[in-house]
Amino acid sequence: MEGFIAIYIFILAGFVGYEVISKVPVILHTPLMSGSNFVHGIVLVGAMVVLGQAEGFTEQLVGFIAVVLAAGNAVGGYVVTERMLEMFKSSKGDK
Amino acid sequence: MNLFVEIFYLAAAVLFILGLKQMASPVTARRGIVWAGIGMVLATLITFAHPHVNTNYLLIIIGIAVGGGIAWKTGKEVAMTDMPQMIALYNGMGGGAAAAIAAVELIKQHEMDSTVQLLAVFGALIGSVAFSGSLIAFGKLQGIKQLRGAFRFKNQQRINAGLFIVVAWMGLGIATSGTDYGMFTLFLFFALALAFGVMMTLPIGGADMPVVISLYNAFTGLAVGFEGYVLDNPAMMIAGIVVGSAGTLLTQLMAKAMNRPITNVLFSNFGETTGEAQEVSGSMKAIEAPDAAIMMAFAEKVIIIPGYGMAVAQAQHKIWEMTKQLQERGVTVKFAIHPVAGRMPGHMNVLLAEAGVPYDIIYDLDEINEEFRTADVALVIGANDVVNPIARTDPNSPIYGMPILNADYAKNVIVVKRGQGAGFSGIENHLFFADNCRMLYGDGQAVANELISNMKEL
Repeated sequence: MEGFIAIYIFILAGFVGYEVISKVPVILHTPLMSGSNFVHGIVLVGAMVVLGQAEGFTEQLVGFIAVVLAAGNAVGGYVVTERMLEMFKSSKGDK
Repeated sequence: MNLFVEIFYLAAAVLFILGLKQMASPVTARRGIVWAGIGMVLATLITFAHPHVNTNYLLIIIGIAVGGGIAWKTGKEVAMTDMPQMIALYNGMGGGAAAAIAAVELIKQHEMDSTVQLLAVFGALIGSVAFSGSLIAFGKLQGIKQLRGAFRFKNQQRINAGLFIVVAWMGLGIATSGTDYGMFTLFLFFALALAFGVMMTLPIGGADMPVVISLYNAFTGLAVGFEGYVLDNPAMMIAGIVVGSAGTLLTQLMAKAMNRPITNVLFSNFGETTGEAQEVSGSMKAIEAPDAAIMMAFAEKVIIIPGYGMAVAQAQHKIWEMTKQLQERGVTVKFAIHPVAGRMPGHMNVLLAEAGVPYDIIYDLDEINEEFRTADVALVIGANDVVNPIARTDPNSPIYGMPILNADYAKNVIVVKRGQGAGFSGIENHLFFADNCRMLYGDGQAVANELISNMKEL
């Protein structure tokens, strides 16, 4: 990728992350940390790409570890975040 | 890259950002995580069609099944009180995955652009630290005996600094040597990076763990973003950096809530204060459950201050039952949550939500602190340091300057507590000796039960 485009992406994504979080109420901090933890589970995609072109035992082994760990990050992050957010209810009786 | 794959990755990145944005409000938060989840599924599925994925399909599927399966099971079963350490664990796995990606790329020793190589190594370093550090954080919060408390020895900061310099130097060497680095050097680099994560986390005490977990969450995000650049994968770059910056902000917010600069947490000095602590005057005065029940039942406004002790005693369901009783009698009941109540900011809200307490009677520090003056009763259950007025008055106290809930301004204060000892931090709580404060001794859940039955009889 062209170096400068990458810098644009990095900087703009940095602003987006800052903006999105800065308005979150304290009551949601734990689910939110968990939710952002889930989002970096996208590392699974990278782990798949790496394992999908790995040759030889060492590369395959390390690539496989990457996929297992990344899948744990993504799935675990989703399950616990969803469980927490599901419980937040208002007294006005919306579901 | 294949256009089709690109479009899916773009969609995933957009869904992640929109999902996180929705999580900013309790009303839409649930939808937010579902959207982000859809993004993840799309990105994962389309990766099978990625032009670089040509082999090892079976291994990929087995890997996803194994990692995902274990995480699914543990995630479904974990108790809400244990949530912080599970988040640490899943986060550490992500950091480990990022480091492993870098490892494979570096093992191949293929020609890389120098920027790519530098970011690969840098991502490997912070990913490894996030991995091993998160495992230690998990162990500490899980209460594994050998890891509990702050683990310190002489010259620790110097040894850690030395280790860091060695790791950074080796990393720089690998990053700038083209394809000339040896496999043993590479192995040693990863081993030392992992060791550094352990060493960095060991001296930090359990109370500071939330800040550390949040910091490692940001680390993992950055590592994922950098490895995304290495793999030329914009979805990873965007998602990783968004989490990296969001996590950094969240870490700052938490450290601020605890009145502890991040540097102070990492190079901890907790409790090392000079000078004499203020003497406590007065004595603790006990109250029995029937009297406490009367006091609350005939009050106009009761503010409940729950702390982690309440969750440990599993008393939140009973407290909610008691709250409903009071509400039926026309008492206004509000919950006041300190930013660091529980093991993590917002953790207490999760625990109350689990018990069924609606979020619109739960208030945070800034919203409720003025209201204590008009409250008839402040019921403190399982909280200690966060209501200690010494934080306002005694510059020699280690918690001086920490924002506290002004429970002492209420007309009456009832403190539910197991025994007479000092709190988590070992600091004497002056509130307990105040004239308007009464101690209700006993296990949180048992006390709540007694209060409920006494109220029913009124």
